[in-house]
Amino acid sequence: MSRLATGGRVDRGAPVRFTFDGKAYTGFKGDTLAAALLANDVTLVGRSFKYHRPRGILTAGPEEPNALVELRTGARREPNTRATTIELYDGLEAASQNHIGSLKFDLMSVNSLFSPLFVGGFYYKTFMWPAALWEKLYEPVIRRAAGLGRAAGVPDPDTYDKAHAFCDVLVIGAGPAGLAAAKAAAKSGARVILAEDDFELGGRLLSERQTIDGAPAADWIRATEAELAACGVRVMLRTQIFGAYDGGVFGAVERVSDHLAAPGPHQPRQRMWKIVAKRTVLCAGAVERQLVFGGNDTPGVMLAGAVRTYLNRYGVAPGKRAAVFTAGDDGWKTAIDLAAAGVTLVAVVDPRTDVPAELVAAAQAAGARVMLGAVVSDARGGQALKRIDVTRADGEMTAFAVDLLAVSGGWNPQVALATHLGGKPTWSDEIHSFLPGKPPPGMSVAGAAAGAFALADCLAYGSLAGTEAAVGLGFKAAPFSTLVACPDTWASAPLWKVKSARTKAFVDQQHDVTDKDVILAAQEGYKSVEHLKRYTTLGMATDQGKTSNLNGHALMAEITGRSMTETGTTMSRPPHLPVAMGVLAGSHRGEHFRPMRKVAGHQWAADNGAVFVDAGQWKRPQWFNAPGETDWLVSVVREVKATRTAVGVCDVSTLGKIDVQGPDAAAFLDRLYINGFAKVAVGKCRYGLMLREDGLAYDDGTAARLAEDHFLVSTTTANAARVMQNMEYARQVLWPELDVQIVSVTEQWSQYAVAGPKSRELLERLFGGAVDVSDAALPYMGVTEGTFAGSPFRLFRLSFSGELAYELAVPARFGDAALKAIMAAGQGLGVTPYGTEALGVMRIEKGHVGGAELNGTTTATDLGLGRMQSKTKDYIGKVLSARPGLTDPERPAFVGFKPVAPGVRLRAGAHFVALGADGVAANDEGYMTSVAYSPTLGCWIGLGLLKRGPARIGERVRAYDPLRGEDIEVEVCAPVFVDPEGARLHG
Amino acid sequence: MRIPCPFCGERDLHEFTPRGEVTGARPDPSAADAEAQFFTYVYLRDNPAGPNREHWYHGSACRRWLVVDRDTRTHEIIAVAFADPSIGGAA
Repeated sequence: MSRLATGGRVDRGAPVRFTFDGKAYTGFKGDTLAAALLANDVTLVGRSFKYHRPRGILTAGPEEPNALVELRTGARREPNTRATTIELYDGLEAASQNHIGSLKFDLMSVNSLFSPLFVGGFYYKTFMWPAALWEKLYEPVIRRAAGLGRAAGVPDPDTYDKAHAFCDVLVIGAGPAGLAAAKAAAKSGARVILAEDDFELGGRLLSERQTIDGAPAADWIRATEAELAACGVRVMLRTQIFGAYDGGVFGAVERVSDHLAAPGPHQPRQRMWKIVAKRTVLCAGAVERQLVFGGNDTPGVMLAGAVRTYLNRYGVAPGKRAAVFTAGDDGWKTAIDLAAAGVTLVAVVDPRTDVPAELVAAAQAAGARVMLGAVVSDARGGQALKRIDVTRADGEMTAFAVDLLAVSGGWNPQVALATHLGGKPTWSDEIHSFLPGKPPPGMSVAGAAAGAFALADCLAYGSLAGTEAAVGLGFKAAPFSTLVACPDTWASAPLWKVKSARTKAFVDQQHDVTDKDVILAAQEGYKSVEHLKRYTTLGMATDQGKTSNLNGHALMAEITGRSMTETGTTMSRPPHLPVAMGVLAGSHRGEHFRPMRKVAGHQWAADNGAVFVDAGQWKRPQWFNAPGETDWLVSVVREVKATRTAVGVCDVSTLGKIDVQGPDAAAFLDRLYINGFAKVAVGKCRYGLMLREDGLAYDDGTAARLAEDHFLVSTTTANAARVMQNMEYARQVLWPELDVQIVSVTEQWSQYAVAGPKSRELLERLFGGAVDVSDAALPYMGVTEGTFAGSPFRLFRLSFSGELAYELAVPARFGDAALKAIMAAGQGLGVTPYGTEALGVMRIEKGHVGGAELNGTTTATDLGLGRMQSKTKDYIGKVLSARPGLTDPERPAFVGFKPVAPGVRLRAGAHFVALGADGVAANDEGYMTSVAYSPTLGCWIGLGLLKRGPARIGERVRAYDPLRGEDIEVEVCAPVFVDPEGARLHG
Repeated sequence: MRIPCPFCGERDLHEFTPRGEVTGARPDPSAADAEAQFFTYVYLRDNPAGPNREHWYHGSACRRWLVVDRDTRTHEIIAVAFADPSIGGAA
């Protein structure tokens, strides 16, 4: 056991049991999985992506490239979970990933022997030819060999939530700077949200043995936490801000239940937050750089800051004999802390020669050999570190036997969230890293994220940034006292690569990118960092290169002789950390994928055998299964026949209904429709067609004039929202001088088509003589309003089916009752409910245009509606509909089709070619838009657009469908197949 | 992205539908060169990299058409006003 006897923030009175690769271990409450594994002397936790090299734990935070595990089992199994961020819970089960055979004897580690094959760009080189083998052979093999964890493969049993939050000041990160900023802003009166990825407040303070105002930093954290609570600051722990978006919007994921074995009842696993902040203070801290030397991926090589975290926060010594390899003062702190924890400190290696004397003295006092002007050239040991080779500037090499090497290349400010909106990070020669540059509007950066690493600076600049954010919003600055922090030194020297390495030296450990890959990329011309990234996959792994990018980019700068400012760094995009797809989807899955709209008569339809179809968000009955019916066509044929011979009822509530009122209502409609509405009499309806301003047709419907200044416009179901939007545009933007108001009443009214020769008889029974539904009182295209049985109603004499027909509209709250009353009144008349399929069949039999014809490419003339176009008034689309290209007589135009051989099925989408002509695009004469089996005619019929169609009635053409391998001879006919004179409509 | 609607206040992008660049007034259909004018009106856009005057529809709320001055490079909203000149109260 490597657990220290005392110290750390773990609760030694609360043991937590867990398993790793099936073996049982115990940790403590407050541990991460990584800390608990190290406490149990488990240092080999995974295999690398490409070479299957043994890997351990490099970091103590979300930047971890190596210690990725499969967490949980069964449906909750989650691959690529960072052991350094998993909070230990009782019963936790984790497994190592990416190996065949056991973790210790991974059969795929043979990949390492073939490493010359797997150099940068190997995808593009090795497997180029033959191309056919790529999908079948190369890719599956590579994916099997080079990979990460396995997905659960079964549906996720957990739920995910979405929420919005608003604040004056969002503080990202609760380290010393973030806590100080949140406190300063809140004390000034701002509404503050403090978001922290960790499960504890404090950031780096949790990992260090630092003091504030002479007391341990933990005391200050506790006091600040209480002050934040008193000021009403919303503290969001376990919440990672993953993206910065326009207008002060931030995406965040709150891990609500990930620290539990399973979410509690009615608890989501995670919650996605959209946080809208007027000001933001980014205090995301910094990530330590690793050093690039031979065998730097050997388990036992760990970032120096992480070593301090394990020692000081978790009370775990990650090794027994340790050395430190650092290019900066900060690494020396690790040497001192290791010695203080009782770990044997063997050596401290620093390539610099001008190291502060007090650091050297402290290390020497701890018994370490101090080697300045020297580097660790190689780390050896395979599955566990055994030896390091230290090379001095004069070439002399000394070997040390160690099981832990703490490395520090300096610290990189976490600038990503300051650059998501396109800001460019700027290079600093002082910290040898990138600073945030110009952050997006409303954001300031403080603390280590801004390159101010010393604790005193974090506290001071944090307070300042918090105050400035509040003052910028008009709050009055609250006074704050300067905190006295223990002293800190932060100087470092750049060290991008140790040149004397003999073994493989990794730049990007997660993607197995070595220094040689970077050199090769430069040799082959991939010198831009964006090219380097894509060619070598540097920084493209799940860790997004947090510990590796800078080393790779600096190496490239060195190779190409450019400055870091010239070289730059890769563009950072959201998400900053991996985000589960489930939380992005939230509850929008399965039937909740999008909102579902149900009509008032939905339940009646469901109870009566309706099979529903999606029409936009609406659920519409597609057909009704009568008892014993299993074939949809049988149902549809029955529904059509019943409607054409008796009476059918169809719910048409989903059609768009727009109420248009005002003295200029008629003038307004005149400008929207191609035909005139000014002369429509009160109590009458008229069919109308709307064009886009480019002259193409886009929607049709009827408008009923209920009063001189009052119309009710109907639209297609699909276009209801768009027509409303365009009418608003016309009203507010094009002709604001017209005195007209519009409102959608689609959801306010239920409407039922009652169609068929017995429809009048049904309505007479329904109204019991209280409403006159005779032809004299309500002729074809008439409309009347009234109140019946306590319900207002509108009764239209409209027919889409071509039969004697009415449409009855009632307020939606009466919709269900009205539908039941209609059906009851039809008892004995053969009343039959019909769905959208029968509706479609009857519309094709009548040659009405539908969505397949109003497809955005057709003109009024193409659709046979050219004569409706008014010559005496202006309307949207009038001018451009007269363009030569849209009035070309050769254009495909609307006609009907019948198969020459009876019984042959037609297909929509088939293209027309002249008889004897080849079925090639050059001979294309149009295409079939709609087809149906006509129960009335007893054969398949079709509608379509055929070049000069109306002039070719009686001609025969081929309906050629190479996709389905069909070639059918059809006869061109008039598009109205049933009752072309319209006799059934009248009378 | 957030758009300050002059009627509703600042609201999320998802409540709005963009239509695109504000074009000049709808041309006079009786003009001699009406077709050319309509062609320009319907098809030709400046598409600047920088401040752009656009029409947005607040369809999920007040149903007002808005004139939004937006920088296409930064998505900064510079100004918002009602498209209907008869309504005052620009944001």
